[in-house]
Amino acid sequence: MALDPGLRRGDGDNEYSRPMVMNRALSFQVFRHNPRDPADAPRTQEYSLDETPGMTLFIALTRIREEQDPSLNFDFVCRAGVCGSCAMVINSRPGLACRTLTAGLPESIHLFPLPGFELIGDLSVNTGKWMRAMSERLRAWLHFEAEPDVDALEAPMPPELAEQVYELDRCTECGCCVAGCGTAQMRADFVGAVGMNKIARFRLDPRDVRGDADFYEVVGDDSGVFGCMSLLGCHDLCPKRLPLQTQIAYLRRSMARQGLW
Amino acid sequence: MDVLQSVTGLFLGLFMWLHMFFVATILLGHDAFWTVARFFEGYFFFGRSLPWLVSLFVAAVSAMLVVHAWLALRKFPAQWKQHAAFWRHMGRLRHGDTTLWLVQVLTGFAMFFLAPVHLYLMLTHPELIGPYESADRVWSGRMWPLYLVLLFLVELHAGVGLYRLAVKWVAFRDPRRSLRILGRLKWAFTVFFLVLGLLSLAAYIKLGIEHADRVGEPYIPAWIKTAP
Repeated sequence: MALDPGLRRGDGDNEYSRPMVMNRALSFQVFRHNPRDPADAPRTQEYSLDETPGMTLFIALTRIREEQDPSLNFDFVCRAGVCGSCAMVINSRPGLACRTLTAGLPESIHLFPLPGFELIGDLSVNTGKWMRAMSERLRAWLHFEAEPDVDALEAPMPPELAEQVYELDRCTECGCCVAGCGTAQMRADFVGAVGMNKIARFRLDPRDVRGDADFYEVVGDDSGVFGCMSLLGCHDLCPKRLPLQTQIAYLRRSMARQGLW
Repeated sequence: MDVLQSVTGLFLGLFMWLHMFFVATILLGHDAFWTVARFFEGYFFFGRSLPWLVSLFVAAVSAMLVVHAWLALRKFPAQWKQHAAFWRHMGRLRHGDTTLWLVQVLTGFAMFFLAPVHLYLMLTHPELIGPYESADRVWSGRMWPLYLVLLFLVELHAGVGLYRLAVKWVAFRDPRRSLRILGRLKWAFTVFFLVLGLLSLAAYIKLGIEHADRVGEPYIPAWIKTAP
């Protein structure tokens, strides 16, 4: 009799509990460079590590730093895919190190910093600087009609709408969409999916007084939504699986309407 | 400008698909193709052929092509740094839609040069569209290498282009599922039209070789020949 596949999931048969047949010896090729030291040439350094059950790249890198090389730089805060700090290029694809199980990777693992951002050192990049510049350019914050009264009760928002806004607010600004975007790699002034997602989020928000004419001013050109060539790198690589294609298509239509009429 | 590029692209893409069907009527027989060719010359409306109607349409298509090409040029990487960045990015990412964009750039660029040859012939000799006339052009006129290359360029470019239009302008509710289906559809269409195109071209070449000793003789359907 065939087992109901739905039953097996409750038996603890998952990535974390499944006994390893054999511990693989993993080989890590890690990018090393300190941009503040003019004598330091960019290079890759090899580390070896035995794989353990449920090992993520976060666990692996932490062990390498603790046991082998305390000078290795990489960013982590939450370890659970919430903060977006640990984005890096994993075997040539951008992704979050803490959400990547080594079990899903081959024995040889190449780690590089995200392209398109200022390098702090090794795998650590300054996404914050890029994100801030982009946010300031797009004015990606709530524009109220009047200074909000913090003591007054907030005006209610329909739950479905709040839900939609929240969905887009899940973006952690990890930078994978920018690193995975061919357009952004070619044109430094392109706002990327993260920027367009922000505009889509504030466009939904009833508290924001801006209309499409205002949004058109910031994303209605070739560095904004009309620069996007629909390569879908952002959509396919977003660690939070945000519906970026949908949002960009919707924004493109609204901005085209705004531009034409 | 993005809208205009999309609209001209949509028109050209759909027209190329229809065009393929018209050309492929040769597979159904000489008369079928003759009927289609004369139909567009208004033969069945006015009782006589008006080839300038075809010229007019060819001119419109050419204008569309020019506008589309000019708009598409905006997206081309212009500087060496951009080229290098895209190639490096593409090689690293190994991501289907990213690679297909380069296919669009290359096929589109090639068509800047190859499509006008065909369009000019159609513009100046619209009356030479018929089973024997076209076959002579393909074989005795040595146009088949051009048509063979154009076929691949057009079908790839149109398939990918129309797919990208859907991705650009339609806000899918379940994008991951829709994109998967759409991606398969795109390949199915491209392969279908490529096969249809290759078969048609082979038919014209065969006909052209057979007709090589009577080059220039127009095709007249038997039912017109025998009519009083």
